[in-house]
Amino acid sequence: MRTVIPELICPAGTPAALRAAVEAGADAVYLGFRDATNARNFPGLNFDEGEFRAGVDFAHAHACKVFVAINTFPPAGRPGPWRDAVDRAADGGADAVILADVGMLDYATTRHPNLRRHLSVQASASNADAIRFYQDAFGIARVVLPRVLTLAEITALNRQATVETEIFAFGGLCVMAEGRCALSSYATGQSPNTNGVCSPASHVRYERRDGKLISRLGEFTIDRVADGAPAGYPTLCKGRFVAGGRAGHLFEEPTSLDAIGMLPKLVGTGARALKIEGRQRGRAYVTRVVGAYRKALDALARGETPIADGSLDALTEGQRKTTGAYLKSWQ
Amino acid sequence: MAIRPAPAKTAALTLGPLLFNWPAQEQRDFYARIADEAPVDAVCLGEVVCGKRGTLYAGDLPAVAERLRRAGKQVVWSTLALVVGGRDSESVRAVAALADEAVGDLVEANDFGAIALLAGRAHAVGPFVNVYNEGTLHHLARGGARRITLPFELPADSIRALAATAGPTDLPVELEVQVFGRTPLAISARCYHARAHGRSKNACDFVCDMDPDGMDVETLDGRSFLAINGTQTLSHAIGNLAREVPALRDMGIDRFRLSPHQIDMVAVARIFRTILDGRIDGAEADARLAELAPFAPFANGFFHGREGAARVDPDYILSD
Repeated sequence: MRTVIPELICPAGTPAALRAAVEAGADAVYLGFRDATNARNFPGLNFDEGEFRAGVDFAHAHACKVFVAINTFPPAGRPGPWRDAVDRAADGGADAVILADVGMLDYATTRHPNLRRHLSVQASASNADAIRFYQDAFGIARVVLPRVLTLAEITALNRQATVETEIFAFGGLCVMAEGRCALSSYATGQSPNTNGVCSPASHVRYERRDGKLISRLGEFTIDRVADGAPAGYPTLCKGRFVAGGRAGHLFEEPTSLDAIGMLPKLVGTGARALKIEGRQRGRAYVTRVVGAYRKALDALARGETPIADGSLDALTEGQRKTTGAYLKSWQ
Repeated sequence: MAIRPAPAKTAALTLGPLLFNWPAQEQRDFYARIADEAPVDAVCLGEVVCGKRGTLYAGDLPAVAERLRRAGKQVVWSTLALVVGGRDSESVRAVAALADEAVGDLVEANDFGAIALLAGRAHAVGPFVNVYNEGTLHHLARGGARRITLPFELPADSIRALAATAGPTDLPVELEVQVFGRTPLAISARCYHARAHGRSKNACDFVCDMDPDGMDVETLDGRSFLAINGTQTLSHAIGNLAREVPALRDMGIDRFRLSPHQIDMVAVARIFRTILDGRIDGAEADARLAELAPFAPFANGFFHGREGAARVDPDYILSD
């Protein structure tokens, strides 16, 4: 049986990153507009109308698709920016929109029936029944699977599901079910779901005290290292806390997903696409990661076994890597 | 199609599902007392957090449900928030089958798989489903949602806007807001209780049963921050909107959820009943609740558009 090589879906945090991803061999890039309609609403990122259209032209000229992430949840009374984003994506020639909110899926299905709709990881559709809900109601063509599933569970889903699936292969990792996490809003008042930010810089403080460097998010200390030691960014769930009298990385170490070592297994699940996370990373990251995965997928397509050469290790958070929920033992 | 909130009526109290892993006997005793003494209108039963736990006490629930019904309480069957794999999906189906709508039971969906299963049948939607806006509310109402408990992080403006969606309609939806209890903040495939004990979910030994209100999580500075309950992470602070109940009622919210902790929940329910009857003011209610729940401070930040951990004095908020 011929193996279906999945599409490689790559992050375009900026126009420059988009070009880098396309040139490195992406099959599709995903981007967001410069507002709260997407889950990477950070300063210095994302696309305005002109940049988006230029990006679409560039990508399409290189046989690469463009997906627009409009994957946050409009607050009550303010659907405008989200509806505008869907309209702009449709008018600008996007190949698909990536949506999470049921109200927005309704809008897109009604207003732009021919615009391909992908279900964001933020919808947390972690089982066949949920996937079927979105398929029946909104005709979604693809679901990005939440990162709570093992390889075996993904394989089982693909056997049952009649929709394409997309799974993460590399990059920053949420350890909580995405789209269902209010940890950051508990500490900062900024909601990942409605503001599109987690552990926002606006609420980060570093403080030197007694030879230590303390990093805080809002009022809460997230980590404390010896002054002079490398201090990572205080993403809440990657911090160190005390539970049961012991201090440590209670939720997860600063680490990234890197599944390149299990690429044949990822392909074997039947997933239609592999997703690289990293809209907050620069051009160099995009070029190297996309290039490495392109090379590995092309090797698989030729019937060869790709070699995981550790070339991406330096790019993972904390220079550590994990395969996340893909293996049951992680849970 | 517009939604009109259910017509103004006597406000109702709901006892939310027990989120923590209490021993079966303790649960039976708890629900017996709730049936006999608690001035609540509806009681949620069932496992929301971890599919592994259901086997510990699921056999007891039909008898508990019958006792609650005989005491005049509506039984709401809550389902898992995170449904992964065949076994979880089967347990959601099993819970849906237990419900007896003929006697007024409702099934509460906490994920979209359950919503799909319940489509076309009157049901409730729980606070673990992302109902942030009118478009989503409309869609769920068309699918049979008759009651929606709103997400915990919604600010007052959103609650007000959702409650106010009005117009000619034949799809009444009751909205419910949680006003007491530690606030669920996240759910995961990974079990943090097991992890904190050096274990994994597969070989957890049900260590979550050691912490009947959640396991305290502090920052390195020793400041209380969060609480762990198996795969669920909650606030350390107890969410408390006792003083905001009048404002919620003004917005058109008529149902209030109390999340069970290992304290005198009958007394908690009585205090909220007294607030709803207008016989006690918020400040006095707060003081009594503080005596009943000394294990953590109160917080109400989400409602006031602030960080959830904040405690805001509503008397200083100028209404517009």
